[in-house]
Amino acid sequence: MAEQANGSTRSDIHVRFESVQKSYDGEILVVKDLNLDIAKGEFLTMLGPSGSGKTTCLMMLAGFEPATNGEIFLADRPINRVPPHKRGIGMVFQNYALFPHMSVEENLAFPLEVRKIPKGEIAAKVRRALEMVELPAFGRRRPAQLSGGQQQRVAVARALVFEPELVLMDEPLGALDKQLREQMQYEIKHIHENLGVTVVYVTHDQSEALTMSNRIAVFNDGVIQQLSTPGELYEEPLNSFVAQFIGENNRINGTVRGLENGICKVELDSGDLVEAIPINVAGAGENTMLSLRPERVEINPDPASLPNIIPGRVEELIYLGDHIRTRLTVAGHEDFIVKVPNKLGHQILQEGENATIGWATQDCRALDRP
Amino acid sequence: MADTTVPVTGGGLQTIDGVPLKKQLARATRQSKLRALMLVAPLGIFVLVSFIYPIVLTLTRSVHSPVFGAAFHRTAEALQSWDGKDLPSEPVWEAFVADMKEARANRTIGKAATRFNYDVPGTRSLFTRTARKIRKVKEGPYKEAVLEINKKWGDPQLWGYIKQNTAPYTAGFYLNALDRKYDYTGKIERQPEVRQIYVPLFWRTLLLSSLVMASCIILGFPVAYLLAHLPLRISNLLMILVLLPFWTSLLVRTTSWIALLQTQGVINDFLVWVGIISDQQRLQMMFNATGTVIAMTHILLPFMILPLYSVMKTIQPSYVRAARSLGATQWTAFWRVYVPQTLPGVGAGSILVFILAIGYYITPALVGGQSGQLISNLIAYHMQKSLNWGLAAALSTILLFGVLGLYWLYNRLVGVDNMKLG
Ligand SMILES: Nc1ncnc2c1ncn2[C@@H]1O[C@H](COP(=O)(O)OP(=O)(O)OP(=O)(O)O)[C@@H](O)[C@H]1O
Ligand SMILES: [Mg+2]
Repeated sequence: MAEQANGSTRSDIHVRFESVQKSYDGEILVVKDLNLDIAKGEFLTMLGPSGSGKTTCLMMLAGFEPATNGEIFLADRPINRVPPHKRGIGMVFQNYALFPHMSVEENLAFPLEVRKIPKGEIAAKVRRALEMVELPAFGRRRPAQLSGGQQQRVAVARALVFEPELVLMDEPLGALDKQLREQMQYEIKHIHENLGVTVVYVTHDQSEALTMSNRIAVFNDGVIQQLSTPGELYEEPLNSFVAQFIGENNRINGTVRGLENGICKVELDSGDLVEAIPINVAGAGENTMLSLRPERVEINPDPASLPNIIPGRVEELIYLGDHIRTRLTVAGHEDFIVKVPNKLGHQILQEGENATIGWATQDCRALDRP
Repeated sequence: MADTTVPVTGGGLQTIDGVPLKKQLARATRQSKLRALMLVAPLGIFVLVSFIYPIVLTLTRSVHSPVFGAAFHRTAEALQSWDGKDLPSEPVWEAFVADMKEARANRTIGKAATRFNYDVPGTRSLFTRTARKIRKVKEGPYKEAVLEINKKWGDPQLWGYIKQNTAPYTAGFYLNALDRKYDYTGKIERQPEVRQIYVPLFWRTLLLSSLVMASCIILGFPVAYLLAHLPLRISNLLMILVLLPFWTSLLVRTTSWIALLQTQGVINDFLVWVGIISDQQRLQMMFNATGTVIAMTHILLPFMILPLYSVMKTIQPSYVRAARSLGATQWTAFWRVYVPQTLPGVGAGSILVFILAIGYYITPALVGGQSGQLISNLIAYHMQKSLNWGLAAALSTILLFGVLGLYWLYNRLVGVDNMKLG
């Protein structure tokens, strides 16, 4: 999917944000120069902390907020001046926004009625939509008589019943408990695969984003920090924000000393010299933050096996069954985490013990220091 | 679960001790119920004394009228055997004379005559004058003696009314309030055309109250919408304007409406000055039904706006947005999604305004003129001027049950639990 999106021709692009800016009050830019292409049939997630501008982007796409500057295209058609009801975009709201005075069936029939579709056809479509979300017997109920998960399904069904090609979902699972959320993630994913609609999904739950999406746009401060597949996002973060935001990350601060052959030499604040892949550093003398995933670090490795080995001290051991979460002090950072797999013959460590940690150069990324 | 409650074949659950679950539950909650009762007791007593008791009193007074019967108790007894066709026989006349003398001696004749006069207008003086002269009648035949004093007593119909009026309980006030009356034989008949005033007045009260309610909805809805959707700073200012009428005296407000709307008032002056109407065509907007509707709408408007506002405040913008994203135009989204959700507020506001309007008194009294009077003005008249409390009570009772009936109807149609006051 990612390759498709990157190398897509114009006609494959379903939604395009072109230099979009948004300010509510004329003083602060909530969205700063947004450029984003979304391919047909893609499941794109906007992920980011609270207040980073995700909902604002969605509202501009749905037509409820005008873009202050720039243009949004829907299948090559500029839509800045198209009112919301003519955009044909399905939308699932965080609070579902099911009409409380209408039954489930009436809710589902609403988008069809306003499109003046014949009665018989409406009934058939409503029935099919209810079957799709596995609620065929609930048509006569009011939204208030449904559980949270059932309401959520109805909201999804309503956003899909008029067969839009683009569906927006703004934290649709935010109000559900963990178990139900995981089940619904699966179901939404399933519906997306079956119908082939384009989905733009907003969440601030990273595991939700990682499991559901073709691509993820990580938002911070009104800017897309990185737009990648889930795998790339985790394995190859392009800056320190993404590295910190996605998954668990160890950071070590240091200064770049040399840069050659795609490898940079970094002097840690503790004086140790290590190697890393330069991602976001310009040259020698610059401050950097090294990013290391906890599962890519080894404790007390064979000195010959890894190029980077530095000393540390074990502070805390937490037994988690499949692995032992080990907290160490490394190069002045007290929160250095290593996941020691619980396999046959693994190291038995003691709290307070001195140890060495080591890593392969390609697992350590030199990023900007925030 | 299974070991705390044991299902019994006869239906109903039991606790482990074998006590029926319902009974045990009642026992367990009795304490808290008792405490709750204690807490509401002061208010309960207050309501009982100041509200329920007067209502019961009103209800009684509308059917109970013992004054005449008490004053003419001998006559009442003697009339038991009267066939109602010809004039009564001598024993009745004798009893009548005795009653008259006693009533004059203990000064109850005035009240009794007034009471009788309600039913048979123009007979008050007949009673009082006869009572003054009855002293001279010492012995029989009493019939001739009484007829000597005034030959109007020779009318058998009059005696029919006298027999009716000696009963301590009567539906007469209610009949009167509904523009009906008993004829001398006790059959119910309509009042003559000129005396039919109460039923048209009830209809007018309903009509004007509905008009006031409708204008409150029409004027209040947009204001409440603005209040709920404008930025907080502006909406606060607007809210003060809405509440301003609450903070000014009713009299001041009503008087200013007079100043604005009367024939020589500001609006007419302006219209004449602009040239829309000529000086001879000045509009009559005050001291008639128009004045009543305008002034009452203004006074009752906050009662419509506030419940509407509080309901609209809770309607999240995402509903209208959802409707729009589903393909509805602005108008469809408003009409099919927004408005239905405001109905609990419209219902609450309407019933408040309507019930307040139906019993409104001061404003119609001040600005209503002749055609803008409501039923409560007549109730007040009978309370204060004519002193026909029985009729006032009957009118009030009809009004009370009318309101209760409307409330019941509203509950059947809309459901009171759907009503939101805030
Ligand atoms: N209607 C509005 N008027 C003014 N400012 C707004 C408005 N809506 C959002 N903002 C501001 O815009 C910024 C981005 O808001 P937005 O709702 O897009 O964030 P978000 O990424 O969706 O956050 P969350 O995850 O909490 O939903 C915030 O700083 C917010 O305060
Ligand atoms: Mg949001």
